[in-house]
Amino acid sequence: MSAPVAKPADLVTVNIDGKEIAVPKGTNVIEAARLVNVDVPHYCYHPKLSVVGNCRMCLIEMGMPAVDPATKAPIIDPATGKQKINWIPRPQIGCGTNVSPGLHVKTTSPMVKDAREGVMEFLLINHPLDCPICDQAGECKLQEQSTGYGRGYSRFIEQKNVKPKRTQLGPRVVLDDERCILCSRCIRFSKEVAKDDVLGFIDRGSYSTLTCYPGKELKNNYSLNTVDICPVGALTSTDFRFKMRVWFLKQTNSIDTETSVGANTVVWSREGVIYRITPRRNDAVNDTWMPDSGRILYKQVQSADRLTAVRINGNDSALDIAVNTAAEFFKAAPGAVAVVGSGRSSVEEQFLTKQLAAALKAPASLVSRVGEGDGLLVSADRNPNVRGALVTGLIAALPSPQLTGLAADIDAGKVRVVVAINEDLAAAGLTAAQLAKVSVIYLGTHKNATSDAAKVVIPTLTVFEKSGTFVNQQFRLQKFLKAIPGAAGATDDLVVLARLVAAAGGATVASDLAGVWKSLAAAVPALGAVTFANLPETGLLLDAAPFAALPFAEGATLHYRPAAATT
Amino acid sequence: MPAPQQTRIIFKHIDEPGYSNDIGCYVRHGGYEVLKKAVTRPPQELIDEVKKSGLRGRGGAGFPCGVKWGLVDRKSGKPIYLIVNADESEPGTFKDRYIIHQDPHQLIEGTMISCFANNVQQAYIYIRGEFPHGARILEKALAEARAAGFVGKNICGTNYSCDIFVHRGAGAYICGEETGLIESLEGKRANPRIKPPYFPAVLGLYQCPTIVNNVETLCHVKYIAEHGGEAFAKIGTPNNTGTRVFCVSGHVQRPGYYEFPAGTITLGQLLHEICGGPLPGRTFKAVIPGGSSAKILRFGERFKGKRKVGADLVDYDWGVEDVPMDFDSLGMIGTMGGSGGVIVMDDSVNMVEALANINAFYSHESCGQCTPCREGSLWMKKITTRMVHGQARAEDAALLKGVADQIPGRTICAFGEACSWPTQSFLAKFGDEFRQYPETKKTKAADSRALV
Repeated sequence: MSAPVAKPADLVTVNIDGKEIAVPKGTNVIEAARLVNVDVPHYCYHPKLSVVGNCRMCLIEMGMPAVDPATKAPIIDPATGKQKINWIPRPQIGCGTNVSPGLHVKTTSPMVKDAREGVMEFLLINHPLDCPICDQAGECKLQEQSTGYGRGYSRFIEQKNVKPKRTQLGPRVVLDDERCILCSRCIRFSKEVAKDDVLGFIDRGSYSTLTCYPGKELKNNYSLNTVDICPVGALTSTDFRFKMRVWFLKQTNSIDTETSVGANTVVWSREGVIYRITPRRNDAVNDTWMPDSGRILYKQVQSADRLTAVRINGNDSALDIAVNTAAEFFKAAPGAVAVVGSGRSSVEEQFLTKQLAAALKAPASLVSRVGEGDGLLVSADRNPNVRGALVTGLIAALPSPQLTGLAADIDAGKVRVVVAINEDLAAAGLTAAQLAKVSVIYLGTHKNATSDAAKVVIPTLTVFEKSGTFVNQQFRLQKFLKAIPGAAGATDDLVVLARLVAAAGGATVASDLAGVWKSLAAAVPALGAVTFANLPETGLLLDAAPFAALPFAEGATLHYRPAAATT
Repeated sequence: MPAPQQTRIIFKHIDEPGYSNDIGCYVRHGGYEVLKKAVTRPPQELIDEVKKSGLRGRGGAGFPCGVKWGLVDRKSGKPIYLIVNADESEPGTFKDRYIIHQDPHQLIEGTMISCFANNVQQAYIYIRGEFPHGARILEKALAEARAAGFVGKNICGTNYSCDIFVHRGAGAYICGEETGLIESLEGKRANPRIKPPYFPAVLGLYQCPTIVNNVETLCHVKYIAEHGGEAFAKIGTPNNTGTRVFCVSGHVQRPGYYEFPAGTITLGQLLHEICGGPLPGRTFKAVIPGGSSAKILRFGERFKGKRKVGADLVDYDWGVEDVPMDFDSLGMIGTMGGSGGVIVMDDSVNMVEALANINAFYSHESCGQCTPCREGSLWMKKITTRMVHGQARAEDAALLKGVADQIPGRTICAFGEACSWPTQSFLAKFGDEFRQYPETKKTKAADSRALV
């Protein structure tokens, strides 16, 4: 997380467990302690939600420097020669306590230790302790903090409370009320972030039960964030529950490709299989959230309509033959080739697409894909990387949804070969007759009308099977990493593109990320200083000024306001 | 020493033959004359009188009313609200109910004076959900007062306008906690708010500065406006001014309400002389002096220490009977004056069973928001219920104390103290009875232990 840059005047010096640190005004004790690597355990507090202070796990001991009430002069402790600290005799909550000058905090004193042990014991007495069958095990704050701060034994011999065990709160979220520790994070998220106030507590005291309001369902497109922020195993994902132990899963940083927001994500996989996608915190892009719709994208990896073999005229073939065939098409139709690139391709792929178009002296176009924005993390532009095509110079103007120019050129006989990169030309307005009139070379991941009509089909990789970068709506260059090996029969897009460039008679171009980035940095001044390896996890803002006049489709979303000229 | 005479200020007309709760009767007895005069005075003068009076809140905490009014944020430009806390729910307390039922106009007059003093244009009477009859009486009384020009627009012909609305509570003890009450009044669950930042004086009802006062407190304000702060301060003892209404219940000959100048009567005088002593053949065993959340006192224990009398520190050595009934003296001996609900138990009571009853109440009333109170109160209830109805273990005494010690001072609101102090004090005072309960139980008939 990048801390807000504060002027020295806005900094407040506090002392946490003897360590002095200057933190921005308005920081609470939990966040201030984090900066000196002191863990203040908590459940209900979440940095992106309102503070309610109900779990009482973050109790700390605090004090202020003593001053003489009359003269306001500091009172010096003769034993230490330092200003005396007036310690408050009762523990205070770290989440609800904001720093003030001279604040002293103890997080390891006997009072704090005792308070934490008490809260831990209370949280566990009515908890089912069904960790062996609980999906949260391994990433459960109750487990972690009872190990770290609990007593390790139970004095509870009474009957535990009985509550509903499997309430379907909505299509994607299941609730186990017995595991719920009533922290209210999910309630606050629904109300404050998703703006869909459907969750609440019924009944009182220890019998309090989380539920949906009568007649309501937790079904908004952000419902699974409640599962992410649930500190225990109360809320689980219908899709993920009972599928895999989290400690077996490998985490790979990725980007949500649904829209131009570019929400940062983590892809969780094991042995080449993806089990879930969760958001990754980026305070400048998506905070700690992502849409539900982006979480199921991994299903495309193993979907039945995946292209798994190179095909020429409908018959299985091999990549070398396919490239040779493409070269023949190119030779046979000089000046009559068109390239359709994609706003879903990575920056690197778009750069090679541009090389291909240049080698063929062919026009390149993109297909735009616009829907309705939700004002949060789904923007109107459903392509993740239109701006990458602008930055690399693949296109100079914004694309349109229909390839009307290409259609006219085909009708006029001016275009006889089309290279389509993961774009369904039929969906972009070309008729079956038009597709039949030209030789289509199709690079793509899934079967569609274009792959069916294509003379040459070369299967490529999904975003989860390769690495690369996207430029989001903020002109933030963000990288995604390969989570799983490529599907059998599919070839890395960069390799295919590099070979097609060669087939088109162009110069030899690199087909690996590092190599591509060398040429990218040389060819695109805006990326001059960037290498893939040194690109920060939170992305890098590029200069948007050269494109300020373009009428982008996006409306306001979280952390994005469209420029005035485009609204 | 004989007990002093009752001084009826607040309960002057309660149960007076011929006195009714309509406005005609109230006006015949001089009603609303104080309000008429008050609205001609500078509001600050009224606030100063309350400050001078030393009036302490009668809801339970005993916080000085003048200080509370002084904390109100008057610079924000936001409206100031006044809420009458009529959510009288502390077990053993029944004083506000009498005022509401029999002398509602006294409350309305006191409220209007307080509103005028604090420039309040809208006030709410938050009345306990279980008081439907009281709510009807208040509605009727407010309609009468509105018609007579004492509530509503242009009070008593002045430019000052203020309306009062009755809001029926949600039927929960926690609705009486002032920030829980505010949440409830806003239409939400009565989950108390965290303080800081939500001090009612700054961020109260609808995030506006808000004064929350008890019913009896506001009646005292009326008296102070009439007679002056200094006159009020002469009643009672220093720092414990005015009268206190004691609601005596339990094992005495004459339970009921009694009003005395604060600190002028001892607990012994109240129970023996005023209330007629224990029931025939019985002896007093224990007393809870300020509502069921106050710490219990054991007859026979002694309290020693030093206390301030005037400017001097003097030694005291009190038995339970010797304790003066005021906020400070009861505080000194480790309990509290609280709401004035005096609950008396004689030697027929088994303390484990008594605590089981109290724990059942508090576990049922915990809002469930914060962990120590939510889980601790029900755990304590489960233990004491098991002891009474199931298997009692000698080690339960230590366990109960261990659980109770993990609650107070760690919760969002004072309910943490309210639910744990009974267990803590019962164990401290009657620990042996808890440890011996497994044996005691063997001598009891199976049907003798039904909890209320």
